[in-house]
Amino acid sequence: MIYALCFVLFLIGLYGVTCKKNIVKIILGMVIMEYAVNLFLILSGWRKGGQPPIMDSQTNMETFVSRAVDPLPQALVLTSIVIGLGVLSLMVAIAIRLYERYGTFDITEMRRLKG
Amino acid sequence: MIEILVGSFLVFMIIGALIALETADLLSSVISVGAVGAAMSICFLLVGAPDIAITQMVVEILSLVILIRATIRRDLTTIDGDREFFGLMATLAMIFVFLVLGFYVFPRLPEFGTPSMLQSSQSPAQYYLRNGLKETGAANIVTAVILDYRGYDTLGEATVLFTSILGALAILRVYSRKKKSHDGKK
Amino acid sequence: MTEKNKTAGMSLIVKTVTRWLKGFIFLYGVYIVLYGHLSPGGGFAGGVIIASTFVLLTLSFGKEYSLGKLGKLLASELDSLGALLFLLVAVSGIIWGGIFFLNFIEKIAPSKHFHLFSAGVIPLCNIAIGMKVGASLFMVFIILAVIRVREVNGKRKLITTEKRRTKT
Repeated sequence: MIYALCFVLFLIGLYGVTCKKNIVKIILGMVIMEYAVNLFLILSGWRKGGQPPIMDSQTNMETFVSRAVDPLPQALVLTSIVIGLGVLSLMVAIAIRLYERYGTFDITEMRRLKG
Repeated sequence: MIEILVGSFLVFMIIGALIALETADLLSSVISVGAVGAAMSICFLLVGAPDIAITQMVVEILSLVILIRATIRRDLTTIDGDREFFGLMATLAMIFVFLVLGFYVFPRLPEFGTPSMLQSSQSPAQYYLRNGLKETGAANIVTAVILDYRGYDTLGEATVLFTSILGALAILRVYSRKKKSHDGKK
Repeated sequence: MTEKNKTAGMSLIVKTVTRWLKGFIFLYGVYIVLYGHLSPGGGFAGGVIIASTFVLLTLSFGKEYSLGKLGKLLASELDSLGALLFLLVAVSGIIWGGIFFLNFIEKIAPSKHFHLFSAGVIPLCNIAIGMKVGASLFMVFIILAVIRVREVNGKRKLITTEKRRTKT
């Protein structure tokens, strides 16, 4: 059920990308889609009664292995979040160039104006 | 208990995302996306991923600053009207079909609380948890995974970040032609 | 273009608080990078925090002040240096161990656990990634802060609002 709610969030982002006219709303739709995917990956690694996978000098190895959450999705999502920031900066740069060329953020105008 | 909390935060996030996409003022929509990101950071903390929570919080703050700085200074804050009616209806119908399929498929995944590493005792995650400290010496198993066991993926990620920032800087390059002609540069 | 140094940036309260806090924020970012193998954090989160120190300076004092602290040339050199250092550590794994990206310091000289200088090559990688991410995001923000779209000769153009320096 929780995973289905993550999918609903992803579909809201998809709605933002495909059905909106303002380019900033399209960028926000992509950001929401990326948040939904990262959340789904981390939620799939939780275990009941779980602890973070960080040891200190007093942890017993057996209880640690039997109670820690999955560290693999966390490692993959960590890089994905920072890459999302890089892609966002690229999208904003393209939006600024489009504003300079066409004078508006409206993508239906951009198909019709010339030069 | 944690399921109920995560579920209520997810409902909050869905409402926030809808507000972000439907409101007419651009500043309000950017701030709503910021609220969605903050709720996500709390969810990560509840589920036992503290370094993902730190990273998500600071990355979301910086992305809010970039979005506001680059788009709100323009004098165009509201665009009203809709796209053409037939395309909009077709897209909404397809999204509704995906939604119905999702509600059919997603309850068949393993339940929330039983990760895939419990399916067998030979899975890589169990190996990393058991031998992480001995082989790498790092107490933070997530850091041991991204920098020792799966270091090649981190190298690829550094390359992707480098390239995307390079692309953004190349797009926004402005050549100035005045006041440098006497230097003879460029 | 009038002399805007006194009115650039934000109000006096924001400037005073920033002057007190910028050292602590930078120190916190460096702490998260260095202790990445012992507590939550790592190179990516620490690098973003270091970049947001300079973003705070730019927002409070104006871009001339923060470009005086860390110029664009130095930032781009730090960025490339971080990426090269990371690659150098990876290639050193081949030289000393035969495997790409081997943790060769841990294999040659294993150290005590839970100390700052343990875990072999992992703190070096964290420092390299922290430098790289911090410098990249600072450069992106500075470019976005100096870019304006103005009407020049009847057409819209993208111009930079930096002051011209006669000699770099």
